[in-house]
This record gives sequence, structure tokens and C-alpha cells, in this order.
Amino acid sequence: MTRIAALLLLLGIALPALAAPFGIDQLMATMANNKRSTASFSEKKYLAIMDQPVESSGELLFIPPSRLEKRTLKPKPETLVLDGDVLNVERRGKKHVLQLASYPEIAGMIESIRATLAGDRKTLEQVYHLTLSGGGSGWVLLLVPREAKVAGIVTRIRMEGVRDEVRRMEILLADGDRSVMTIRQGAAP
Amino acid sequence: MMRHGLRHNRLAIALWLIFLSVSVWIVSRASFTADLSAFLPRTPTQEQQLLVEQLKSGIASRLILIGIDGGDPAARARASLAMAARLRADARFLHIANGESLGLERDRQILLENRYLLSPMVTAERFTPEGLRAGIEDSIEQLSTSSGLFSKALLPRDPTGEFMQLIEGMAGGKSQPQMADGVWVSRDGRRALLLARTRAEGADTDAQEQAVAAIRTAFQATASPAMQLSMTGPGPFSVSARATIKDEVARLSGISTLIIIGLLGLVYRSFPALLLGLLPVLSGALAGVAAVSLGFGTIHGVTLGFGTALIGEAVDYSIYLLTQSERSGDVANDAAGRQRWLAEYWPTIRIGVLASVFGFASLLFSGFPGLAQLGLYAIAGLVTAALTTRFVLPHLLPANLRIRDLEPIGRRLYFAVARAGRLRTPVLILFVAACAVLVVQRDQMWNQELSALSPVSKSDQALDMAMRSDLGAPDVRYLVVVTAAGREAALTGSERVGTALRQLAAQGVIDSFESPAFYLPSQTSQRQRQASLPPDAELRRRFQVAIADLPLRAERFEAFFADVARSRGRAPLTRPDIEGASLAEGVDALLVQADAHWTALLPLRAAAGSRQVIDAAKMRAALAETGLAGVYFVDLKAESDNLYESYLREAILLSLAGLLAILALLYAVTRSPSRVLRIATPLAMAVAVVIAGLVLSGQQLTILHLVGMLLVVAVGSNYALFFDQGEVAGDIQPRTLASLALATSTTVAGFGILGFSSVPVLNAIGVTVAPGAILALIFSAILAQRR
Repeated sequence: MTRIAALLLLLGIALPALAAPFGIDQLMATMANNKRSTASFSEKKYLAIMDQPVESSGELLFIPPSRLEKRTLKPKPETLVLDGDVLNVERRGKKHVLQLASYPEIAGMIESIRATLAGDRKTLEQVYHLTLSGGGSGWVLLLVPREAKVAGIVTRIRMEGVRDEVRRMEILLADGDRSVMTIRQGAAP
Repeated sequence: MMRHGLRHNRLAIALWLIFLSVSVWIVSRASFTADLSAFLPRTPTQEQQLLVEQLKSGIASRLILIGIDGGDPAARARASLAMAARLRADARFLHIANGESLGLERDRQILLENRYLLSPMVTAERFTPEGLRAGIEDSIEQLSTSSGLFSKALLPRDPTGEFMQLIEGMAGGKSQPQMADGVWVSRDGRRALLLARTRAEGADTDAQEQAVAAIRTAFQATASPAMQLSMTGPGPFSVSARATIKDEVARLSGISTLIIIGLLGLVYRSFPALLLGLLPVLSGALAGVAAVSLGFGTIHGVTLGFGTALIGEAVDYSIYLLTQSERSGDVANDAAGRQRWLAEYWPTIRIGVLASVFGFASLLFSGFPGLAQLGLYAIAGLVTAALTTRFVLPHLLPANLRIRDLEPIGRRLYFAVARAGRLRTPVLILFVAACAVLVVQRDQMWNQELSALSPVSKSDQALDMAMRSDLGAPDVRYLVVVTAAGREAALTGSERVGTALRQLAAQGVIDSFESPAFYLPSQTSQRQRQASLPPDAELRRRFQVAIADLPLRAERFEAFFADVARSRGRAPLTRPDIEGASLAEGVDALLVQADAHWTALLPLRAAAGSRQVIDAAKMRAALAETGLAGVYFVDLKAESDNLYESYLREAILLSLAGLLAILALLYAVTRSPSRVLRIATPLAMAVAVVIAGLVLSGQQLTILHLVGMLLVVAVGSNYALFFDQGEVAGDIQPRTLASLALATSTTVAGFGILGFSSVPVLNAIGVTVAPGAILALIFSAILAQRR
């Protein structure tokens, strides 16, 4: 009995040394190795006011460490460029420049994607509590807002991925509405 | 006989003293200014009046552009925030902008609650089933965008997206300055930028000075020593111009007075003579200031600066009196000498004074107040100086006054002059060459812009341009101005003009425009919009039809029905309702009350690719079509250049008139065309050579150079007259020659000092008159006929 316990204890100590379980640090390190990456996305918004989900699709471009572009192509063209703490929005032929710092709620949501892609644990943890499950070949990262201000809008963000790729992102809003974005690496088809 | 003369003396001195006391009293109550007023027309046309109003009190006149350089970006941002916070608490400023988003919450609330009264999209068509459907479909598409997760919150309340329309319409077309660390910065990021709008109008230099000082204090209290502050805009510019003019007038008049006193002291070698010789000048200066104060209400700094130069001219009369009278050392003979001087020389001086007065008198008729002031100052000053010399000074001279006899100096000069005739040919060649230069350069030698007279330095103008373009601050060159009897009428007018302007924007004549009605629509429009909102039951019915095959359910839109119902019963929004919101700032900047009327300003932006130029003819035609009275298209730059051009044209005419008057005077006195010609020729040559010299040195001529030319003739004719008189009398006296040399020296010192002024108006007069006066004397000597 004690021998088994001792063995388990031994295993418990030895196992991490053998196979290094997939932790947040490891995921972040993997993500941080990412170079410039492009992906196509399709997004479905499930809104209480609408009887059907609202769909959109387009391209994502991430240039480490801080530039993220989201180009929506359908149904309405729109370009969103986040560079540093400035957000440029181009819509209906009009350009808007927003300071991220002036919009903490939006900033929180946008930062979740960018910081994950950049493998920036420090920034992520400033805004969210992180929980990771799964392993390198299939992981789920759960982000729960720390601040009440952000939590008043977003209940949680769930990211699913494989190795250094984010494949799916689900944002659950405080009012029960949610948005699901599926991401495919490489340029849009 | 003797007693009778004595009574005369006492009377003259008493009158003089009374005159002086009255002048001192007037001067002590006079007010001085250094603002734009000297450059603005006295009797403006309607368009010029608008220009004047804009320059004095318009939106652009109240803007102060502030830059913070040095230190690191984060520290500059902190300084900008702290400075702005201090200045916002200062009642002297209407508005401080530095990129912070303040008051957005209140704006948001007002816009949201009043959207159906404020949005120009609200029409009867918008609330038909088709209109509603189009609006709702638009909003659904909006949900698909990145902001969809946020805009969906408003959907039940605002399914047609009126709120977003309003926000976008207001932000439309305005380019936002670059931001860093939460504040505005220049494009290269090295300068933090702020924009202040003062409560006081731009023309109120005292208030602007306070505003500038408040900004400086706020900067010093918040910035680190590594940072530098810069300020541009009409306010800071007029403040620094006034300081410059004040400083220069004091310094330059001090220097020229010292030089003249030095010269006279050196020549007279007698302290009492020096003091007495200055009496006519001081009387003249006092009289000049008093006359301008009476005639114009305020005295411009430029006039005082010009007065400096006139000291050198006014002192001439006493020089003639003191140095030309023959002297024997015998008291009785000296008095007799003075009597003889009065008989022999006074008539010549009198003509000289009259010639100067005729020259300056033409300036009196100028529509350019700056020139008219100069004219009045000069006339009053010169006449007083001459009269004091003639009627007061001789009685004040002590019987035993001893001054150095100029006879020996005069003889040496006479020797030089006698041989000067040999230089005739070179002078003629010089004159012909000067004429050739003027003919060749005639098209490009005049500066056609009012800014040529601006006392703002080139580097300050460049800084202003740079900060303006970084800030996207309105340069406000083009405006539509709507004048009306009341606020409401001005707003209605703005809205009707706005309709025409939207068409012009669609045609590409303009890019966009701003209007006070964007921020506060007229009551009429608001009521019209209310009237286009259907009653509740009808709205519900139409809404049901509109969303028939859309994935929406009507029961989720109760908030919308409630808002529409509330808007139908709401009183239209008025100015007090928006107090404290940035909407109020928008209205207040563009809708101003002046005297009994209201003026709405609609600044225009030129279409891209039009090189920032708007077709004035198309604008005026489109505005005429609206059939509205009191609506004007104003191109401020063209207007100010036109104004300057009209000044220039007028000044040319007046100068010619002045010239003719002087020639007519000379003819009336001499009754001999050939003598007039002999007097005038050296003057014409002096003017031609000086102007050619200025043109060759790269100076562009302004209206003030023209005035300078007139002055060369007016001043130079005094000297030419003595040579002419000398010729008539046989030959010019050595002593006369010496007095002329001294008189010219003082004149040249007075005007020459102005040539060192950085104030363009004074500089132009200085560099023209000083060399002109010397040349007039030299040419008169060279060309004088000898028997």
C-alpha cells in the first residue's frame, strides 16, 4: 500500500519531468513563435433579437507583436486595423480612428485575440483569468474577465486551437448573445 | 513799436503754452492700439465688412494653436492633459481641445434622446413601411460588422439606425489629428498639440494677451523644463506684434533722438541752443499724437513709430533758424540777423512746409486707416513745429545765445558742391539705368498680398501653417455667411443653404461643409420632423408590414415605439437644452450675435484635387438660386487680397494727386515752369534710383514704399527749394549749405533708424525715405545751375 502510494507519488513528481504537460506557459511560448500569419474566418452572431444568426466572413492578418487586421468581405466590406493602441475602422468609405484606451470594453475583447496570438500571457492576465485544458494537439483556453466593467459585457471567451493555431473563438456576452468565429489558416479560399 | 512787439511775443508764447497744455491733456487720455485695425478699411463694402468681422471676431480669430516640444512623448502627453485641465477651468476659454474625449456621454445622451428631432434623415418617407424596411435592413447589415455586438444593443430602440447616422454625419469629413498617449500630436509625433478657443474676440488684444499669459502660466505649472511652448494664431500674433511695435517704437525713437541730439550738440556746441532747438519738435510730436487721438479715437503703434521718423524732419526748421541767421557776436546785430532770416529764408521754409503738408494731405483721403493716421500725424506735427519755430522760438532765444558758426563747414561744402556739377553725366546715366530696371521689373516688383504688411515673422507663419495642417484646424478660407435678424432665422437660412451646399458637394464643387444647424436644427425643422412621425398605432402597423419577411419580431421593439411616441410630444431642442455638451460649442462657434443681427457661418472645405480652391462663380450662382437674402459666399483670402489691391490702387492715385499738388504749389510760388522742373528733377531721380535699388536688392514693394516715395518728394523738395532759391539769389550761401547738410542728416537719422525695424510698415518707409532724402540733397546739389 505504501509502496503503491510511493510509486504514485514518484510518478506524480516524475511525470512532468518526462513529458512536460501542456500548460499556459507552453501554449504562450508556442504562440509567441508565430510569424506573420494570415487566415480566413467566418463568424456567426447568435442574437436574441434576431430569429436567425447573422453571418459574416473575411480575412485575418496578424503581424507580431501588435498589428491585427480584420477584413470583413461579406456581407458588407469593412476593415479593422489594430496597431499598437490605435484602432482604425473603415466602413462605408469612411475612416474612423479610435484610441483603444478610450474604449476599455472593446479594448478588452480585442486584446484577448491579439494577446493570445502574440503569446503575451502578461497582457492577457491583466484582463482575464486563464484556464487551459487539453494538450498541444487540441487545447481549449478559457478567458474570464477580471474587471467588472468588461464582465458587464463579456461573460467569457473560449478559444480552441491546435498547437500554435487558433481554430475557433466563441464570445459569450453577458446578455446571453454570442458570436462564434471559425478560423482557417492560410488565405481566404 | 517795441511794446507792441512785446505784447505780440507774449501772446504767441501764451497761445503756444495753452496749445501744449491742451495737447498734453488729450494725449494723456489717448488710447493706443497695435491690432489689425490699421489695415482694415474705414468704409468697407458688405463683403469687406464680413472679412473685417471674421478677422476681428470670427471663429478663426479666437483660435490659439498650442504646441509642446521637447521632453519625451509620455511627458508631453501628461503636460498636455494637465495644461488642458487647468485651462478648461479658466473662464477666458470657451473650449480647449487636445484629443481627450470629454463630454461624450452627455453628447451621446442628447443625441440619442433627440435623434428623431435632430437627424436630417427623419422625413415622412422614412416612416413609411418601405422607408422603415430600408432602415432596418441597413441596421441588420450593421450587425454583421465588427461593431455588431455593440450596435445590437441599440437595435430594439433604434431599428432604423438614426443615432449612428447622426454621429457619422457630425464627424463626417473632419480629419482627426494624430494621437499618441491619449493626446493630439504632430504627424512626426514630436510635438503635442492643443487647440484653445478664447471667449474674447481676436481683435481684443488686451484680452488675448491675458489668454496668452494664462496659457503660458498653465504650461509653466505643468511642463518640465525640457519642454518648450509655442503659440500661434491671430491672438498670439497680435499680442506679439503689439509687444514688438511697443518695444521698437520705444527703442528706435530713443536711438534716433539720441543721434539727433548728438548731431545737434556736436554742431551747435551749446546746451541752451540744443534744448531750444528741440522745442518745436516736441510741440509737433505732441500735436501729432493729440490730432490723431481726436481724429481717430485711438492711435496705432505704427503711427507712433512713424512719428519717430518725423522728429528728424521737424527739427529741420529750428536748424535753419539757428544756423542760417547771420551772426556777429553783437546782440543787437544778432536780433537783426534773425529778422533778416525771417525775411529771406522763411518764405522758402514756408513753401517747404506747405509742400510736405500737401504730400501728407493726400494720405488723409486714404481708405486705409493706417495711412490716414500717418497723414494726420505728419501734418499736425510739421505745421506745429514750423509755427513754433516761426512765432515762438525767436522770442525764446536768449540774447547772448552762442552757437558755433557753420560758415567754415559751409565753405568746405560749397567747394565740394561747386565741383559736383561734373557728376551730372554719371547721375544721368544712373537715372537712366534705374528707369531701365523699373521698366524691366514693373510686373513683379509689387507685392499683391495684404500679408506683406503683416508684422508676423516668416518663421512664425511657417510654424502656424505646420501646426494647422497637423491639427486639421480650419484655415477657414471659404465661408458661406448667413445673416438674419434672429437666431431662428439664421438657423433656417443655414438649413436652406445647406440643401444647396449638399448639391454642390455632390457635383464636386466643394468637399463638405459645416453648419450650426448640424448641432442645433431650427425649431421649424425639428417640428417638421416631429410631424413626420406617425402616431403609435399607425407606426406599429407600418412596422409590422416592414419586417414581414425579416427575421425579427415586432414585440422586441417596444423601446422604439416608446421613443417615437415621446419624440412626438417633446418640445423642440433649444440652446439651453444642450448647455455643457460639445454640441453647444459647435453651435456657439458657428452662430454668433453681433449687434442686432445673427450671423451663421458655414465653413467650406475645398474638394480634393482642386488644389484647395473653390469656384467662386459656381458658389455664388448656387447661392443666388436659393433666393435667400443676406447670404454671402466669402473667400477670405481673395477678399483680403482685393482689399490690399484696392489700397494699392488708391495709394497710387493719392500719391499722384499729392505729387501734382506739390508741383502746382511750386508753380504757384515760382511762376516758372523751368524752375519747377529744376526743383522736381533731382527728386524724381532720387525716387527712381532708390526704388530701383530696393527692387534690385530683392525687396518686393508694398503700399508703404509708395508712401515712402511721396515722402521723398515732400521732404526732398525742401532741400531742392533752397538750391533753387540760391540760384535765384545768385548762388547758394555756404551757411545755407551747411544747414541743409545738417537738416538732411537729422532727417536721414530719423527715417534711417526705421529701416532697422522688423515691423514691415515702418521698415518700408525707413528704407525708402532715408536714402531718398540723401540722394535728393546730393542730386539737387549736382544738378543745381550755377552762374
